[in-house]
Amino acid sequence: MKYERNRGLAAILATVVLFGVGAFIINQKASAAGEGKIAGTVKLDGTAPHMRGIDMSKDPYCSKAHASDPAHSENVLVGNGGGLENVVLYISEGLSADAANMKSTQVPVFDQKNCMYTPHVLPMNVGQEFKVQTSDQTAHNIHPEPNPLTGNIPWNQSQPPGAPPVVKSWKAPEMIHVKCNIHPWMSGWFAVVKGPYATTDDSGAYTIQNVPAGSYTVTAWQEQLGIQTQKVTVTAGGAAKADFTFKAK
Amino acid sequence: MHTNLLKWSLLLSVVVVLCLSGASHAQLTTYQQQQWLHSPAASSHVGNLSGDARAAALPYRRYCVGCHGELGDGNGENAVWMPPPMFQKPRDFQLAIFKCRSTPTGTLPTDQDLFDAITRGFDRTNMPSWNPLTKQERADLVAWIKHFSPRWQTEKPGTPIQIPPEPEITPERVKAGQDVFAKMQCWKCHGAQGMANGPSASTLTDDLSQPIAAFNFTDGSRPKCGDTDRDIYRIFMTGLDGTPMPSFADNIKPEEAWDLVFYLRSLQPHNSFNAKEKQIAKQLGLKPVDTNAPAQ
Repeated sequence: MKYERNRGLAAILATVVLFGVGAFIINQKASAAGEGKIAGTVKLDGTAPHMRGIDMSKDPYCSKAHASDPAHSENVLVGNGGGLENVVLYISEGLSADAANMKSTQVPVFDQKNCMYTPHVLPMNVGQEFKVQTSDQTAHNIHPEPNPLTGNIPWNQSQPPGAPPVVKSWKAPEMIHVKCNIHPWMSGWFAVVKGPYATTDDSGAYTIQNVPAGSYTVTAWQEQLGIQTQKVTVTAGGAAKADFTFKAK
Repeated sequence: MHTNLLKWSLLLSVVVVLCLSGASHAQLTTYQQQQWLHSPAASSHVGNLSGDARAAALPYRRYCVGCHGELGDGNGENAVWMPPPMFQKPRDFQLAIFKCRSTPTGTLPTDQDLFDAITRGFDRTNMPSWNPLTKQERADLVAWIKHFSPRWQTEKPGTPIQIPPEPEITPERVKAGQDVFAKMQCWKCHGAQGMANGPSASTLTDDLSQPIAAFNFTDGSRPKCGDTDRDIYRIFMTGLDGTPMPSFADNIKPEEAWDLVFYLRSLQPHNSFNAKEKQIAKQLGLKPVDTNAPAQ
């Protein structure tokens, strides 16, 4: 009886170890030489949800800025031919440790302009520096809300008119919501991912550049519609194609 | 048949354990916290006192567990009786996000900060002052609080902000403080007269998406993070993490900060601590800031 149990446990342990070693070897193999890219479009299937208008009358500076062009929430932006804007595309599986730990040296800018966030979704790598600036003549506070148990710690900084930019980075991959408490309609995202990434333009098109040749799972993330994944194989100098369609909710 | 069942249940438990360890972000377990209890982080240093978490197990059970809970997640059995906006949920020690810090926004507080918070209690909340406990007991409780969160295992407390000595109060300084209040647009939440009725006050929410009120300077409330001049200086220079109150460290210079403290004092009702500020404001004939003035 006791012997039986031990044998069972040993078998389970052996399987776990085997899988672990297997995954490790597969991971190592992916770091082959040569780079390609992944491109495609992300579309919405169905009627675009209604984006509510924003009443900015509490802050005359903001409402004046939108006097001729009323502001709307930007949770689901549908452009030409049903293309979904602001979808983040990144590689969720298959990256070698080296590729996953590479970080872009660019410093992307998150601007507070006319009491909205531009861009609405700012993608970046773990550890990559980014800049938050204000173009507005009204005070904002920039308040990201990550889960502190991921290693990303929330902070909250004021940016009155003319304030210097805030330069920060994040420690772990996470989709981090950003808000301004002074203007409760302001809502944006820091999309912190590992490895190469892209966001879709207003026609839903994207290209992830500099992808080492290999087999990957590509994930498309949309703040309201969720995530979708696809398997692709990238060859050196080639362009793998991955189109996504989200169903309107 | 029996061994088969045993095998399957073993397999199942292994899978469950693996899943749990993978999903550790979702819910911390007593097991993890037990380990942290024996880590170097489960200690505290306050002045010349050293606190030991293990000595605080009983005091925590006696004084704190009812609200802060067994796992320190703020879900004690009394927590449900503290609905917002009248009350804020008891602090979640697992997240280790604290309002009252001497350290910059986004960093852990010092042991002294936690000790002061326990000693002081929080005005207008269910958290009383624990001054009646001995200093040693409070130091031990600080250490105990730190065994609840993985953050104390990997992060160091921030470096406390520098507070220059308080200058002599002058009418110029009170006036300059009002200019800072206008320029930083403090009135957006706190109101032009400090009555917590600014245009953004009604929509404020904390990090748990619960309604929260801006501080009212005029009704005799005491600031939650202390009511000395230095405390007030610290509040707006570090921000109150977990609330809408941001840090102004990048935007207010240290000397301007003291001016702002003097002006904020003049908004508070007459008391022994702000007699000078009130008198100066009256002599100057200070009117509330003009909220329609274009931004400077």
